[in-house]
Amino acid sequence: MINFARTDTSVIGRWWWTVDRWVLAALMILVGLGIVLIFAASPAVAERIGLDSFYFVRKQIGYLAPALVILLSVSLLNVRNVRRLAVVMFLLMVVCMVLTILMGVEIKGARRWLSLAGFTLQPSEFIKPAFAVVSAWMLASGRMTSGFPGRTIAMALYGLTIGLLLLQPDMGMVVLTSAMFAAQLFVAGIPMALVAIMAIGGLAGIVGAYFVFPHVASRIDRFLDPSSGDSYQVNTGLEAFMNGGLFGRGPGEGTVKEILPDAHADFIFAVAGEELGLIACLFIVALFAFIVLRGFTRMLSEGNLFILFAVTGLLVQFGLQAIIHMSSTLHLMPTKGMTLPLISYGGSSLLGIAFGMGMVLALTRSRAGLGEV
Amino acid sequence: MSMMGNNTPQKLEGATKQALEIGRTRLLMTGAIFLLAFTVIGARLADITVFQGGAEPKNHAAANPRNAWPTTRADIVDRNGSLLATSLVTASLYANPRQILDSRDAAQKLITVLPELSLAELQTKLTGNRSFTWIRRHLTPKQQYEVNRLGIPGVYFQRDERRVYPQGPLAAHVVGFTGVDNDGLAGIERSFDEVLKGGGRGLALSIDLRIQHVLRQEITAGMKRVNAIGGAGMVIDVHSGEMLGMVSLPDFDPHNPTSLDPKTLFNRNTLGVYEQGSMFKLFTAALALDSGAANMTSTFDASKPIKISRFTISDFQGKGRVLSLPEVLVYSSNIGAAKMALAAGSEVQKKYLGAFGLLRKPTLEIPEIGAPMVPAQWKEINTMTIGFGHGLAVSPLQMASGIVAIANGGVMRPITVLKRAAGEHPQGNRVISQRTATDMQKLMRLVVTDGSGKNANVPGYLVGGKTGTAEKVNEHGGYKRRAVLSSFVSAFPMTNPRYVVLVSIDEPQPIKENFGYITAGWVTTPVVGRIIPRIAPILGVSPVDDQAADVKARMYVNYTSAKGRPGASVE
Repeated sequence: MINFARTDTSVIGRWWWTVDRWVLAALMILVGLGIVLIFAASPAVAERIGLDSFYFVRKQIGYLAPALVILLSVSLLNVRNVRRLAVVMFLLMVVCMVLTILMGVEIKGARRWLSLAGFTLQPSEFIKPAFAVVSAWMLASGRMTSGFPGRTIAMALYGLTIGLLLLQPDMGMVVLTSAMFAAQLFVAGIPMALVAIMAIGGLAGIVGAYFVFPHVASRIDRFLDPSSGDSYQVNTGLEAFMNGGLFGRGPGEGTVKEILPDAHADFIFAVAGEELGLIACLFIVALFAFIVLRGFTRMLSEGNLFILFAVTGLLVQFGLQAIIHMSSTLHLMPTKGMTLPLISYGGSSLLGIAFGMGMVLALTRSRAGLGEV
Repeated sequence: MSMMGNNTPQKLEGATKQALEIGRTRLLMTGAIFLLAFTVIGARLADITVFQGGAEPKNHAAANPRNAWPTTRADIVDRNGSLLATSLVTASLYANPRQILDSRDAAQKLITVLPELSLAELQTKLTGNRSFTWIRRHLTPKQQYEVNRLGIPGVYFQRDERRVYPQGPLAAHVVGFTGVDNDGLAGIERSFDEVLKGGGRGLALSIDLRIQHVLRQEITAGMKRVNAIGGAGMVIDVHSGEMLGMVSLPDFDPHNPTSLDPKTLFNRNTLGVYEQGSMFKLFTAALALDSGAANMTSTFDASKPIKISRFTISDFQGKGRVLSLPEVLVYSSNIGAAKMALAAGSEVQKKYLGAFGLLRKPTLEIPEIGAPMVPAQWKEINTMTIGFGHGLAVSPLQMASGIVAIANGGVMRPITVLKRAAGEHPQGNRVISQRTATDMQKLMRLVVTDGSGKNANVPGYLVGGKTGTAEKVNEHGGYKRRAVLSSFVSAFPMTNPRYVVLVSIDEPQPIKENFGYITAGWVTTPVVGRIIPRIAPILGVSPVDDQAADVKARMYVNYTSAKGRPGASVE
């Protein structure tokens, strides 16, 4: 459908020949599967809470167009503009998060949403990719410019971000952001001793959370000993997978989804298991693995430290979020409410991921001979 | 500056190169970790969906059995294992109105198979914007087949369970019934709801269906004969305390309990409390004898009515003379019983009646138990009227269990509707001495041979008992003229009593055959007289020659009357 001559030097033409079309295709397939699954999973949830059956479907499709616009337009940017955009976004979102804490909408005991002219926005979904790029810039500059305290600045920004996330509180985001930053530090070549300290720090963080937050303790207890508490959601999720089997019940034919709490968001992968079956689920896993690992592979020949760090951070976020979501539904780890990127219901999540992956697409474009920095 | 300028790019380039090298190596490691994680997820997916997929779903069955698919409710059987209640798997019909394409057409089609449904109602049900509505619970297999054949989209079957009572109303008041969702609502079904829901083997009741059947048949016939409004009967094993039969009439169909007159649900034996009338004189005699206030030769002047405050206590067809203690029972003298109670005194009376279980709510395994109506103040007048069975209302269950104690030699044992193991005799409390009990047994026999119980004197079974005809209390608290509860409490065989039979007929009408009498001696004793010869063979009680010398000797009562007339007979 799109046909650009190799010699087309327009912005679009150049983009078409330089962007990673395989990853773009994989992202589009995920978005497509997301629409199928939101149709399957959300009516039951909407009816349970007394909304119109297709309430979530309509909202999600409404977010789809802006998400695609963000993804594609960000991917058009050159490296410098990506960096500028990330810095601006980061600063803007820090302000938004402060506002959220001061005057945000409290839902289920956390202040994560900011109401803006009828839209509710979750700034943490945007600060996550923005921070990845900003910290990559700082770490890269620290390596390349002697005397520039890049790592220190990155650490400070990390502390600021984490602090804001803890005030909401949003433990999922804290974990994702920390893991992403740790991966960046790791790739940025910090000494192995520090890596070990970070690993211990991470463990200590989990143990600390266990003792500080009762809900974290209860989830870990229930994971280790399912009989110690209500494991309805996890067991119902597993039942959905079992019900699906190899080929699934067929789109719309699931029944366990009717009683599965949060089927449209934190447990949408179980709905995929029931309706599309093992083969389709493996395909979804493969798509996420492909996007992450292909990005990493391209980075192996990347000569720009900033791009290396930024893409690593963004892909770790993206991949880890998918892994946590899938592992939670499959009872491989304690339940951690996390959306499946591009598939679960959630406007801010979708837009944030589109923003992050747009930057990945922009940064992974072939730049041979373009002389960009 | 320039030297630096020359040096720095090279140095930086070297540093960058080194950083890139480290970065790439570590990125490879990161990638390997991700690959591993995705692989584990893939393996787990295959494990759950395909290798564990064939197993039973864990959540509903294992984690929370009460939320599971309803387990089959356990059966209820009689003491011989005959089914009283069981569960059948049925199909129930429901619809998802959103999937109904044409509610009018669907309703019209369904009516052809289920003509008892209302077309308009059904169409409304099928029209709403809901996703679930019951159409009809518990279809027969034929109906299910017919509905299936209609092929209406949006109409589904749900596996359901239905309680079935193969004996219909026969033991309905004991067994009880369940609601549409199989929750026990009455009787054993209610009190053992949790146990029955737990499934398992059937619950065995003490009821013997054969005895139940005889009771129901004979009481029905007896009621019909005198146009009575109700009737009740019980058969109790005096040693084990097991209830072998319990009938309350009119009764109901447990499959459809709500469609009928609520009066039919009422268990007269356990929930109803009535003044028991002259039957109570047995307790009066027992407590007078056991406390030492009287003996078998004591006499009581019944020559004239007792006037106390505004009441007059008089006798029905009184003899108008001094009566011996046995005569008080044989002639059922109210004056004599009142004086006997007075001789014992209020405190002794209260103590014994309490020990006989007549002053507090009795216990039985069904929920429908009534509490006795005990006078708030127990004055002399109360002592006298209670002496002949008025002014204290108890349930027939309480009446019978007190007589069980007299019949078994003086021990109160808990009455049960559950089957006890063979030979199991629960621990009891002695209320009267064996000697008093033996005297009482002789007196009960005497009432049947010589007194108002003659119509129950069936040859061979040595029946003993006492009649009671109590005027019923009307809505205003006064007594209804000509509205009586005619009862007969009996035991057999009196030489060694094994069973107690209590039968009441409610509001018998005067008939020619009874010469207009509505007293128990005319109305109820013939019923018991027909019941005992039918159930005795079932219970393994062999008939004996009542005229045999040893039997006569064991039953002999020397009731020299105040008139000085000696004798074993008052004829």
